[in-house]
Parts: sequence; structure tokens; C-alpha cells
Amino acid sequence: MNVQRLALSYGDEDVIDDLNFHLQAGHFLAVIGENGVGKTTLVRALLGQLKPKAGVIEFSEPKKKMKIGYVPQFRNLDEEYPLSVRDFVALSLINRRLPWLNKAEVQRLDEVMQQTNLLKIANRPVGLASGGEKQRAYLAQALINRPELLILDESTASLDNEMKYELLDLVAKFQHGQDLSVIFITHDLPLAQRYADHFLMMEHFKYTTGKIADLPVEQVEEQ
Amino acid sequence: MLSYDFMRHAFVAGTFIAIICGTMGVFVIARNMSFLTHTLAEIGFAGAAFGVFVGWPALNGMLLFTVLSSAMVGQMSVKSARRESVISAVSALFLGLGILFLAISDQTSSSATSILFGSVIGISSAEVWQIAGLSLVIIVVILLMYRSLKFESFDAVGARVNGINGTLISIVFLVLLALSVSVAAQIVGSLLIFILLTLPAASAKYFVHGVFKMIVLAIIFALVGTWLGLYLGYLTNWPVSFFIATIEVLIFVAALWHARRA
Ligand SMILES: Nc1ncnc2c1ncn2[C@@H]1O[C@H](COP(=O)(O)OP(=O)(O)OP(=O)(O)O)[C@@H](O)[C@H]1O
Ligand SMILES: [Mg+2]
Repeated sequence: MNVQRLALSYGDEDVIDDLNFHLQAGHFLAVIGENGVGKTTLVRALLGQLKPKAGVIEFSEPKKKMKIGYVPQFRNLDEEYPLSVRDFVALSLINRRLPWLNKAEVQRLDEVMQQTNLLKIANRPVGLASGGEKQRAYLAQALINRPELLILDESTASLDNEMKYELLDLVAKFQHGQDLSVIFITHDLPLAQRYADHFLMMEHFKYTTGKIADLPVEQVEEQ
Repeated sequence: MLSYDFMRHAFVAGTFIAIICGTMGVFVIARNMSFLTHTLAEIGFAGAAFGVFVGWPALNGMLLFTVLSSAMVGQMSVKSARRESVISAVSALFLGLGILFLAISDQTSSSATSILFGSVIGISSAEVWQIAGLSLVIIVVILLMYRSLKFESFDAVGARVNGINGTLISIVFLVLLALSVSVAAQIVGSLLIFILLTLPAASAKYFVHGVFKMIVLAIIFALVGTWLGLYLGYLTNWPVSFFIATIEVLIFVAALWHARRA
């Protein structure tokens, strides 16, 4: 994926200007930046929900739309949320119309549930699942349609350390096993350094990219 | 009991009504639209009163008012900030209109009570056919958009991300809800719509955790209430709505009790 001279705005208010970066298939890009610099806005543009004001977003096969799985930053599922984890994950199976799932869909559902360690809690209502389990359910829902790119918007923000590693270990497994590209938005530098291979640092109208080893850590921490 | 035409009509109509209310109710609960449903029912009351005033069947007046206003109601539900007070204002306006229509039409007050509280005696065979037809339309549309509607209702954020057109679904759903409200009012009356349109589904979600299972259970709860209510009403000559309300509330209480124990 190639992003060139991208500018994004809400109405008259510019959020992003002249952003350039490149993401190769199978790579893991950490996007770092303060609150409000436009990280979520960038994601919306990648998903095609926001028209660029200028610049282009190109995917490797130009004609074909890239399949993107996205775990959004906010989701409001309260304690009384009734669906089981399994039914929640299955929600994004929308390529067919009939109310019931066919054999292939059931197989795919079981496979994803197993890969994300959700089989044990498959029948528990999502409202009663722990924060980490919820994040794994969101992840499974995003992965069930076999995306080529996975975008995680601060998915680890509410998790303790152990859970963070567990979730990202899972993501890394998918990245390597299925040639999945990952964009991971985070404020957590150690986490980014551990899992990402490239970074995109966003400051107001100023963007830096590079190999994760070259991440200017001190400079970021000063902010 | 079923040798009487009007009881047969009531049972057939009640069966269709229970099926669509159970189905729609699951989505009404998931989309947090109980309050809005009630407003639509009050708009429906005004419509029915208008129908009486101009000499139409009450159902047609209801359909006219609820379907026409569903777009407006949808607008209100989008801007959530002032939502509740706006909805209350709309309810008040339509209740007032309904009272006016009834007052200036030279009907006895019995037509008012049957619109507000339901009546099983008045259902003609033509109306049974109409109720059956409308129910089929509702079921078919739900089947056609089942997966998108399910996704949008139970995970709006996820649905948006997956490219589902939430606005379109909301509009279609509101029209379906307007139809359901008008149909259900034929038995339980417009004041007691939520007995069938929200309580069975609200109860079901404490017992099962899949959308399809919730629909099946909600339909069963609605059917039990309707059939038993009609039967008890026939035996005692007390209002059917009273029995249906009591049965559905008992089921709901049992559901809450079950949830606390679990
Ligand atoms: N729908 C919108 N309309 C107008 N302005 C918006 C909209 N969404 C976001 N903004 C503004 O755009 C800017 C960037 O927001 P964005 O959500 O992309 O930030 P972010 O980098 O994701 O922040 P955070 O780290 O807090 O998630 C903010 O100033 C925000 O107020
Ligand atoms: Mg954000």
C-alpha cells in the first residue's frame, strides 16, 4: 500500500496534510502520535469512509479493493449485551443473505474462534466477557473474512501488560502465518518496538517514518 | 370457542401479530427503540381516530399516520441530544390530535376504548387478510436484509466498518416498525403496544444468546400470551389486553429472576 501527499479534512478544518508512507505486504506498521493528530481520521480514509482532500491511497492491485479488517477504537457493548461471543464474531459474515450459516461459514467461524482462543468462552455473553476476551472477540470478528490488512486502533489501551502481549502475540501469529499486513495505532512505545517492523510517527502536519529500530524514542517520550 | 367467527378471526390475527412482534421486538430491544415504539403507537392512535373520523377502518388510518411519520421519527432518533424531550412533545401532540378526531367524529366512546386498549370482537375477515398480508411483507423484508440488520442492530460500529449502510437500514426498519405497530394495535390497542412489541423480546434475551434463538423464544412468549389471553378473555369476559399484559409481565419477571440466579 502506498500513500502519497495525502490531505484529509473535516469541512474546512484540516487534520492531515502531505502525509506519505508505504506499507509492504506482510509488514507490521506502528502508528504513533498524540491524541487528536488524526490517527483515527487516517484509518477512516484508508477504509474509504472519508474522501481525501488531496493525494492518493494506492493498493498493490490497483483495480481490486483491498480487504481490510478493522478493530475500531470505541465500541459500546454494555454488561447486558446479550449475544454470545460466537454469535458476535459471526456478525461480520455478511457475504451471504440467508439467516443461517452454511457449512463453509460454520467451519471458518470455528477456525477463527480456535485461533483466537475463544472456543472455551464461545457461549458466554459478550457483556460478561473480560476486557481481554472482548478484544480477542473484536479481533476474531475482523479476521473472519480473511482480510489482507488488519488495522488495530488502540486495541490494547485498556488492557494490562499480560493481556497486551497475549493479544499482540496472536496478531503476530496471523501476520506471519497468513501474510497479513498490520497497522497498529498505539501510544505504547515498548509494545510498538516489540512487534512492529516499521513506524509512522504523526505530529501536527509533520510525519516521520522509518524502520522501528530507528524510532527516535527520546524525542517521543519528551512530548 | 372457535365456532364463533370473531374468535377464529382473533386467533388467526393474534398468531400473525405474535410472530411479527416477537421478530421485530428482538431488533427493537437491540436498537434501544422501546421508547420510540411507544411514540409510534401514540401516532397510530391519532391515525386510528382520524380513520374513525373520516369513516375508514382504524387500521388504515393507523398505517397512514405511522408510515408517514416514521421518517420524521427517524430524524429525531438520530440526533440523540434532545431526543427524549422531542419525542415526548411529539407524543403529546399526536395524543391531543387523536382526542380531537374522536371528539369531532360522532362516534361513541367505545371506539375510543377499542383503539386505545384493543378489542378482539371487531376484527373482520377482510382485516384478518390484511393483517396476514402485512405480516408476510414484514417477514419477507426482514429475511432479505437479515444479516445486515442483525449486524447493524447488535454492533453498529462494526457494521459501519464493514461497509453496511446504517441509514438505509434504519429507515427500512422504521417503516417495518410502523407497520408492526399498526398491526399489533388491532389486538392489544395502541396504549399497550409494547406488551407484545418489547416485553417478549426483552424477556428472551435473558434466556438465550443468539439472535435467531431470541427471535424464536420471543415469538413463543408472544404466542403464549396472545393465545392464553384470548382464551381467558373468552372464559371470563374480561379484557384480553389485561390478560396478555399480565402474562407477558409475569414472563418478564421470571426472566429477570432467572438472570439474577444465573
Ligand atoms: N467527525 C468529525 N468532524 C469534525 N472533526 C473531527 C471529526 N472526527 C475527528 N475530528 C477532529 O479531527 C482531529 C483528529 O481526530 P482523530 O480522532 O483522528 O484523532 P486521533 O489521533 O485518533 O486521537 P486519539 O489518540 O485521541 O484517538 C481532532 O481534532 C478531532 O477533533
Ligand atoms: Mg483515535
